[in-house]
Amino acid sequence: MNSKIVLRNIVLAGGVALSSTAWAATPSGEMLGATCAACHGTNGSSVGILPSLASTPASYFVDSMKGFKSGTRKATVMDRVAKGYSDEEIQLMGDFFEAQKVVPMKQKFESVKASQGKKLHDKYCEKCHEDGGRKPDEGGVLAGQSMIYLTFSMADFLSGDREMDKKMKRKVDELLEESDKAGIDALIHFYGSQQ
Amino acid sequence: MISRRNFIKLSGGAIAVGSLAACAGGLSGKGAGGKVVVIGGGTGGATAAKYLRMFDPTIEVTLIEANPTYHTCYMSNEVLSGERTMDSIAFGYDGLRQRGVRVVHDLVTGIDPIGRVVTTKGGDKFAYDRAIVSPGIDFKWAAIEGHSPEVANTIPHAWKAGSQTVLLRNQLTAMKDGGTVVIAPPSGAYRCPPGPYERASQIAHYLKKHKPKSKVLILDSGDKFAKQGLFMQGWKRMYGYGTDKSLIEWVSAAQGGKVEGVDAKNMRVQAAVESFKADVINIIPPQKAGKLAFDAGLTEGDWCPINKKTFESKIHPNIHVLGDASNAAGMPKSGYSANVQAKVCAMAVRDLLAGREPGFPSYQNTCYSIVGDDYGISVSVVYSFDEEKNQIIAVKGAGGVTPKEATLEDLRREMHYAHGWYANITNDIFG
Ligand SMILES: Cc1cc2nc3c(=O)[nH]c(=O)nc-3n(C[C@H](O)[C@H](O)[C@H](O)COP(=O)(O)OP(=O)(O)OC[C@H]3O[C@@H](n4cnc5c(N)ncnc54)[C@H](O)[C@@H]3O)c2cc1C
Ligand code: HEC
Ligand code: HEC
Repeated sequence: MNSKIVLRNIVLAGGVALSSTAWAATPSGEMLGATCAACHGTNGSSVGILPSLASTPASYFVDSMKGFKSGTRKATVMDRVAKGYSDEEIQLMGDFFEAQKVVPMKQKFESVKASQGKKLHDKYCEKCHEDGGRKPDEGGVLAGQSMIYLTFSMADFLSGDREMDKKMKRKVDELLEESDKAGIDALIHFYGSQQ
Repeated sequence: MISRRNFIKLSGGAIAVGSLAACAGGLSGKGAGGKVVVIGGGTGGATAAKYLRMFDPTIEVTLIEANPTYHTCYMSNEVLSGERTMDSIAFGYDGLRQRGVRVVHDLVTGIDPIGRVVTTKGGDKFAYDRAIVSPGIDFKWAAIEGHSPEVANTIPHAWKAGSQTVLLRNQLTAMKDGGTVVIAPPSGAYRCPPGPYERASQIAHYLKKHKPKSKVLILDSGDKFAKQGLFMQGWKRMYGYGTDKSLIEWVSAAQGGKVEGVDAKNMRVQAAVESFKADVINIIPPQKAGKLAFDAGLTEGDWCPINKKTFESKIHPNIHVLGDASNAAGMPKSGYSANVQAKVCAMAVRDLLAGREPGFPSYQNTCYSIVGDDYGISVSVVYSFDEEKNQIIAVKGAGGVTPKEATLEDLRREMHYAHGWYANITNDIFG
C-alpha cells in the first residue's frame, strides 16, 4: 500500500473533516450500484430484458464498462451511461456487483431446444463458461440471463459489431459449421432454462 | 477537532492501517435503529421504504399511503393505445410488507415538525425520528379558465394513473373515425417532460390501426420539447408527420398553441390565438407539489426546497422530501429520478440515524419513450453533487439522447429495453 492511500484511509477511518473533499467526493460502490437498479434490477439481479450484473467478476465488469466508455463495445445506452464514471468508481461498482448473488431470471423457454443447447454447450462452450454457464467467469454469467439480451449479444458477435474473444470465435465457428444459427438459438434456450 | 497532522502523529503509520479495519467495521457496523415514517407509497416513497429496510433492518419503517393499489404513470400511455391492460400497471404493497415495512392505508392530514408526529384522516398518530415525504404532484387548475377537478371528470388529465387513464382510454375507443384528439402539455416544471409526446405517439399508434382518418393535435405551451428531434423523426417514419395526412400535428406556443381555457360542454379549447373544437380533450394542467407538502409547510413557491445530498427539507429539519414534490433541479421530475433520489435519501437517513456523516451521493436518470411498434428512444444523464452550491450537476461528457443515426435494429432494442426497464424498476420499488 503506498503512503498516499494510507493517508487517505487514516482520514477516512477517523472521520476527520478535511477541507479538501477529494475522498469525500467518491460515492460508495453500494451507492453507485443502487442507481443502476432501475435498469439492471435490485442489487443487479434483473427480472426484465436487460442483463443481470450480480455475480459478474469485477474484471469482466470493468472491461465492459471501459469498452462502453471508449466506444469499442457496441451499445444502445451504456455508452452514454458509462462515460459518467471515473475508473475508480467503475472499480467500486465492479466490486459491489461481484459480491451480490445473482438470482436467475424467470422466463419462458422451449425444453426441446434447451436440451439440444445443453449438448452444444458441453461441446463448444463449457470450457470457458463453466458449470453450464452458471459459474461467474470472464464472460460474466450466462445461465439465467435474459434470453432476448443474449440474442442481441450473440447477434453482435456474429455480425462483428462486438469483438469476440479469439478462442471463443474459433469454437463459435465450429458450432456454426455443425448446426448453423439454430444452434445459437438452442444455446440461448439452454441458458434461459436455468432458473 | 484534531488536525490532520496531529491525527497522523497520534496514530502512526502502520498502526493506523491496522486500526483501519476495526474502525471501518465500527463505521458500517450494526444499525442504530430508529423510527422512520414514509408518507406516500408511490415511486419515491415505496422505494425509500424498501431500501431503508434493505440498508438497515433495525430501522422501524412505517409507510402511509392513501390507496391500496398504485398504478404507475409510466407505461400508462401504452394503456391508452391498447397495448397494455390496467392490471399490468397495478401494484400492491405485499412485497414491502414482506420486507418488514408496516404499511398503513390512510390519508396523511398533517405533520407536526416539532413534536415529530404525523396525523392521518383516520385519526391515528405516528411518531418519527425522521419522516420521508413523497406526495407527488397537484394541479394548478386556475391556470386554465373553465377548468376544475370536477371538469376533469369529462376532460381527463390522465397525469395521475388510475381512473383518469381509464376515462381517457374509453373516450378514445368511443371516438368516431375522423375525430380530433387535443393534447395540451403544461407550462412550467412538470412530471415527465417527454410524457405528453410519448402520449401523442401512442395515441397516433392506436389511431393508425383503428381510426386512420383521425388526428392528434398537440397545442403546446412551449416552443420546444424533450427528445423533439427524435420524436419528430419517428412521427415522420410512422405517422406521416409533416404531410397533410399526418396523424400528429404540433402547434408551438409561438404559433399560438398555448391553451388558456376550456369549454367542456361544447368540447372547445381556447388557445392563445384561436379556439379549437375537439372530440377528446386531454389537458395536462400546470403542476405544483402535492397538497400535503403545502399543508405541512414544506414548500417555497411551487416545490419543496431541500438539501440535495440528503433530501432533508430546508424548512423543517428531520423531514425529507423527494420525488416530483421536491426541487431537485438538475434532475427532471421522473419515476427514474424519484427511485434514485429515494436511495440517496434512504442511505443518508440510515447514516444520520446512526450519527454518521452521510456518504457522497450519486444520481442517474433515464427516460425511455415508446414511439411506436418496435421503436424506442431514450435520454440518459448521470449526475454528481456540488456540495458548496447544493447543486445536482450533470457529469460532463456523459449522457445524452439516442443518436439520430440509430439503426432501426437499435430502436427496436430500445423498445425491448424500455419494457425491461419497466419490469426492473417496478420490481425494485414494490418487489
Ligand atoms: C403519462 C406519464 C408517463 C410517465 N412516464 C415515465 C417514464 O417513462 N419514466 C419515468 O421515469 N417517469 C415517468 N413518469 C413520471 C413518474 O410517474 C413520476 O415522476 C413519479 O411517479 C414520481 O414519483 P413520486 O413518488 O414523486 O410521486 P407518485 O409516484 O405520484 O407517488 C405519490 C404517492 O403519494 C400518495 N399520497 C399523496 N398525498 C398523500 C397523503 N396526504 N397521504 C397519503 N398518501 C399520499 C399518492 O396516493 C401516491 O401514491 C410518467 C408520468 C406520466 C404522467
Ligand atoms: C437505461 C437503462 C440502463 C441503465 C440506467 C444502466 N444500464 Fe447497463 N445496460 C443497459 C443496456 C440496454 C445494456 C446492453 C448494452 C446496450 O445496449 O447499451 C447494458 C449492459 C450493461 C453491461 C454489460 C453486461 C454484460 O453482461 O456484458 C454492464 C456491465 C452494465 N450495463 C453496467 C451498468 C452500470 C454499472 C450501470 C449504472 C451505473 C448501468 N449499467 C446502468 C441499460 C442500462
Ligand atoms: C475460449 C473461451 C471461450 C469459449 C470457448 C466461449 N466463450 Fe463466450 N466469452 C468468452 C469471453 C472471454 C467473453 C467476454 C467477451 C468480452 O469481453 O466482450 C465471452 C462472452 C460471451 C457472451 C457475452 C455475454 C454478455 O453478457 O454479453 C456470450 C453470450 C458468450 N460468450 C457465449 C458463448 C457461447 C454460446 C459459446 C460456445 C459456442 C462460448 N461463449 C464459448 C470466452 C469464451
